[in-house]
This record gives sequence, C-alpha cells and structure tokens, in this order.
Amino acid sequence: MSFLLFQVSFFAYFLAMAAYVVFFVTQKSRIRRTARMIFFAAAVLHTLNIVFRYTEAGHTPITSQHETISFFAWSVAWCYLSFRWRYTVKNFGTFACTFVVLLMFLASLASREIMPLVPALQSWWLPIHAAISILADGFLALACIGGIMYLLQEREIKRKRFGIFYSRLPSLEALDKLNHHCLSAGFPLLTLGIITGSVWAKQAWGAYWHWDPKETWSLITWFLYAALVHQRFTVGWRGRRAAIMTIIAFLSVLFTLWGVTFLLEGVHTYAA
Amino acid sequence: MQRDTIVLVGVNHKTTPLAIREKLALSGGYEEPLTALGQIESLKEYYLLSTCNRVEVLFTCEDPETTWKEVLDILFGGAVSKQEVADCIYRYQDQEAIHHLFMVASSLDSMIVGEAQILGQLKEAFRHASALKTSGFILNKLLHKSFSVAKRVRTETRIGASAVSISYAAVELGRKIFGRLAGKRVLLVGAGEMAELAAEHLVGQGIEEVVVANRTLERGLKLARRFGGRAVSLAELTDQLEQVDIIISSTGATGLILRKADVQPVMRRRRNKPLFFIDIAVPRDLDPAINEIDNVYLYDIDDLNNVVEMNKSERDREAVKAARIVEEETVKFTQWLDAMEVTPTIIELRSMAEEICRTELAKTLGRLKGLDERQRKSIEKMASAIVGKMLHYPMHYLKSNHPCLDRRERINTVRGLFQLESEKTAQKHEQR
Repeated sequence: MSFLLFQVSFFAYFLAMAAYVVFFVTQKSRIRRTARMIFFAAAVLHTLNIVFRYTEAGHTPITSQHETISFFAWSVAWCYLSFRWRYTVKNFGTFACTFVVLLMFLASLASREIMPLVPALQSWWLPIHAAISILADGFLALACIGGIMYLLQEREIKRKRFGIFYSRLPSLEALDKLNHHCLSAGFPLLTLGIITGSVWAKQAWGAYWHWDPKETWSLITWFLYAALVHQRFTVGWRGRRAAIMTIIAFLSVLFTLWGVTFLLEGVHTYAA
Repeated sequence: MQRDTIVLVGVNHKTTPLAIREKLALSGGYEEPLTALGQIESLKEYYLLSTCNRVEVLFTCEDPETTWKEVLDILFGGAVSKQEVADCIYRYQDQEAIHHLFMVASSLDSMIVGEAQILGQLKEAFRHASALKTSGFILNKLLHKSFSVAKRVRTETRIGASAVSISYAAVELGRKIFGRLAGKRVLLVGAGEMAELAAEHLVGQGIEEVVVANRTLERGLKLARRFGGRAVSLAELTDQLEQVDIIISSTGATGLILRKADVQPVMRRRRNKPLFFIDIAVPRDLDPAINEIDNVYLYDIDDLNNVVEMNKSERDREAVKAARIVEEETVKFTQWLDAMEVTPTIIELRSMAEEICRTELAKTLGRLKGLDERQRKSIEKMASAIVGKMLHYPMHYLKSNHPCLDRRERINTVRGLFQLESEKTAQKHEQR
C-alpha cells in the first residue's frame, strides 16, 4: 500500500513539474493554478505514503536510504508549501518541484526493503532527531534553490543581456528575502537537530560527541551556515555572496547526508 | 426599416502632419464642440475624442453621406480649409468603425504601441459624452465594449509589459532589482530634462524621496521643490550615496564624477543594500567599473537603449496577437448589432400579441359570469399560451441566422405579415 502511494505521489510530482515547466515557458497563469493543485495533491499523497510506511514498518520510516531521501523530498515539498502560503516568489515552484522530483527519483532507485530496527535506534529520539534534521535540510535546500535563482537573475542584470530568466524570475530583492527566510527557519532547526542528536548519543553511546564522520560533517555544515547567518546579520552580507555561500553550505549538507554514508565509516553507518 | 449607420471620422498622427493636427486639436475641452455638434439634426448619438495625437468623432445617423460632412464643417470648419481636412481625414463605417475604435482603445493605433494612456483618455472622453447625454444605447454599449477589449488585450498579451522608452526601462530594471520601488529614495545628479522625466516616472511608482544634487543649488532647489524633495550640493554626493537607492546622473560634466573607488567604501556603510546607477549623460558621468561592485548595478544610456530595442521587437510580436483579439471582438460586436436590428420588431410583435390577448380576454371574461378565481386564471393562462405558441415560429424565423435569407428581408416579411407600422419602430429603437 505504501509503495503504491509512493508511486502515485512520485507520478503526481512529475506531472506537477511538467505543468510548472510549461508554465515557466508560456507564463499562462491558468497552468500555474493547475500545477499548484497537482503539487499540493502530490504532497498530501506523499504524506499518506509516509504514514502507511510507518504502520507497515512499525517505526519511524527515516532509517533506510529510500526512507530518508523520500522524507527529504517530503520536507522540501512541505517547506515550499509553507512559504507559498505566506508569500509568493515568482516561478519558485518550478525549481522547487524539479528538485523534489529529482529526490523522489533517487528514492525510487534505493532499496525499499523494510529493515528491522537496530537496537541502538530503538528510541523515541529517532523520530525527533531524524525528522528535525531532515526538515532543516528541507529549508536549507530551498535556500540553495533560491540562491541558484538569485545567481541566474543577477547574472542577466549585471551583464545586461536578458535571456529567458530575466522576465520570469522574481526581483533580486525577493530572492534575497527568500534566502533570509529559509535560513532563519533552517538554521535553528539544524542547530536543534544537532543538539537532539548529541543528547541521544549520550543516552545510546554514553558520550555527547564521538567525532564520527557524520557528526564531524554536520558540525562543519553548521559552522558554514553559522558564518553565513552571522555575516548576514552583522555586516549585512547579501545578494551574490550570500547566494554562493548558501549553495556551498548546502553541498556540505548533501555530503553529510550521503557522502559520509558511502565514503566514510562511522557509528552512523547503519542508518542513512 | 434599417438600423442607423455607425460612422467614425477623424485625423491621427499617421495621416496628419503635426502642423495641421495642432490646428485641429480641440484645446478648449469637450463641452463646447459636443454642444456644437448637437445642432446637426441627423446626428443621433455621438462622442468625441481629442488627444495630442488624434481627433475622432464617432456617431450614428441614418444618412452617413451628408452627415459626416456637416460634422467636419462644425468641428474643423474654422481652423483649416476644406481641402486640407479632406486630405488627411479618414472615415470608417459600421464594422470598420468598430474595428478602428477597438484598435485605438487597445493602444494598437497609438504612436507608441502598447502605451497605457489612451484608454484613460478614451474613458475621459466618454465621460463627457455621457454627461451631456450625447451618447445613447448603441454608443454606450460600443464604448464599454472597447474598454473591455482593451482590458482583454492587456491581460492576454504582453503588449504593455515591455518598457519602450528609456525612463520606462529604468523603472522596469529598478523593479527587478528592488522588487517594489515604494519607499526607495532617488538621487538626481544634475537637473537636466532627461533626469526630470525619469524621476517623474519613478515618483509615479511610489518613490519616497527625491534628492537633487546640482552644480547650481538654485536650479537644484527648483527641481527638488517639484517633487517635494530636497537639494544638496555636488560635494555631498558620496555622503548621499549612503541613503539613496537609485541614482540618476545627467550632468554636463566632461569627466567622470563618480569612480569605483568612491562607491566601494559606501557599500560597507550601506550594509550592502543594492544601489542602482542610471547614467544618462553623454559623455558619461559614472565610471563603468562601478558595475563590477557586488550589489551595485550601473546602466548607461546605451544599455537602456538596448533594453528598449529588445522590448520593441517583443512588443511587435505581441501586437499581432492583440490584433487578432480586436478582430475577434469586432466580429462579435457586429453580430450583436445585427441581432439588435431585429429587437424592435420582436418587441413590437410581442406587445401587439399581448394587446390582442388582453382585449379579447377582457371581452370574454366580461361575458362569463360566476367564474371563481382559479377558473379565471386558467382561461388567462390558456389565452397567453395560444399567443405564445403562435408567435414561436415567427420569432424563431427572425432570430435565427438564416444563411440564404437576408435578415432585413426577413424583418420586412414579418412586419408585412403582422402589419407592424414602421413609424413606431423607429421611436422604440431610439428609446431603448
């Protein structure tokens, strides 16, 4: 059942992306409405998928690769919708939706087998720590997408050569504000994720900090974002520099999420 | 019986040189010429539009051939010779007139295609005509339609979206950088005419303050007063950069007045808030290297011209789409007009039938005594049902779009059959 829901929501995300891309090219607002509706439906279906998976597995479905990536996609989708509800950023949906589809595609490649939970993970810290961390990643992913959009738009304005993006992307100010909003949601969540993880580590392994690769890398990521947020608030870093920094920091997030699992050994390796 | 002809006569920037247009323009407002036109008896409904690029009269009448000459004599008689008027005038009738009006309203006939002013001017002109009650049923409907056609063109094409003048282009760029221009501050360096024009557009966007820095403070003060801003001296330029967001430079200076090294330190004090420099001076006032600084954007006159050129070609593509919409709406309106032609006949036919029904009922019910309320009602119902059913086919015959029978012919047939006299019709038509 959960797999069927996964496939249906994947398909719906794909449809939404197609509609968003058509909207991006043609700029017909009717298509945008359709795209939004499909996207919302997909996100709801995806939520159901996660709920069903939870009942099937008997534990929070954020342990295997498939589950983690799918949950990541879910949090990007809902973070986007939470923004959508508060204010619009022109054509942001096209980019966010494409990213969600990409994640869903990766999730569909990973093994969907339900693994029994390792004793160390059997704790109610699992849903809290994992969900908060990945939700943080969702916001940070949006910040990164916003950063990419900023660079595309800024390039066209600076070079005075207007291509397809100039008329379609929002103003630089709006994109910079988006970066600011995403960071002010994502960074506290990231901090909270690391704190909960460390508290859990104390309970499970007896020490707050092990310096295993995943912990180290999330600390590096945290420092990158901390530097960015600090610069934003004190010196008024903004625009291009902030956008580039956001993208670099997000690459570090991705590495923490996957690179560490595949390239480096550590206590986190049983999990995603 | 025939519907009145819709006629449009006028001159515009395409047919008439400015020298003549100046003389023809109705500078004294609408009231006087509108009342003057009222003297023409054969004129039924009329309306007048006068802008700096065109003077147009739209009217309905029964005999267009003689009426339009009278109209021209009254409007332009005093200003220029008949020959001159005849050379530059254009005259459209019915479908062509409707088409032309829609083209004008949608700004497709304007000097700058896509500019938004014309619709406002049209509405203004219509307001005068309806205040003086010179426009009637047909023209009211037609003009309202032209407003909605203009709106449709604006929403369905991007004809008005691109900036086709330098100051518009500057505003558009400003929006792409700052999002909203409300609350932003503008610094005018040099109090030239171009700067004034650009500032005017910006102020229209809700700019909070205009600061003028000029070599002679007096001229600066004068310009600042126009926009409710303040004037500063050129020496304070770099200090002012900290507070403003948009700088429009247009001094007659021979060298650069701001260099990259002057702007760079300001950015730190501004906490990197974006700065938008517009350099419309020739030779340039601003160092092109300023554009290299992060969060600073510099456009000179050539850059802006490029934007304008690019937008022009886009606009031309959109104009094709817009013309299609106008075409479509013209056909729709003509159909409505044609349908209008049968309306008086239908009304008359119906009222005649009702009249017969009423009198016959009165006669019959007078004779039948001792009927209760329900029986009375059913007799009344029966009578009107018979009338309704009898009229169904004649009505259908009038309304339907017969391919081989001309509408006018059908109207005449029905009128002949039912002996509807035509005097009454004309009056009814006018009243509606």
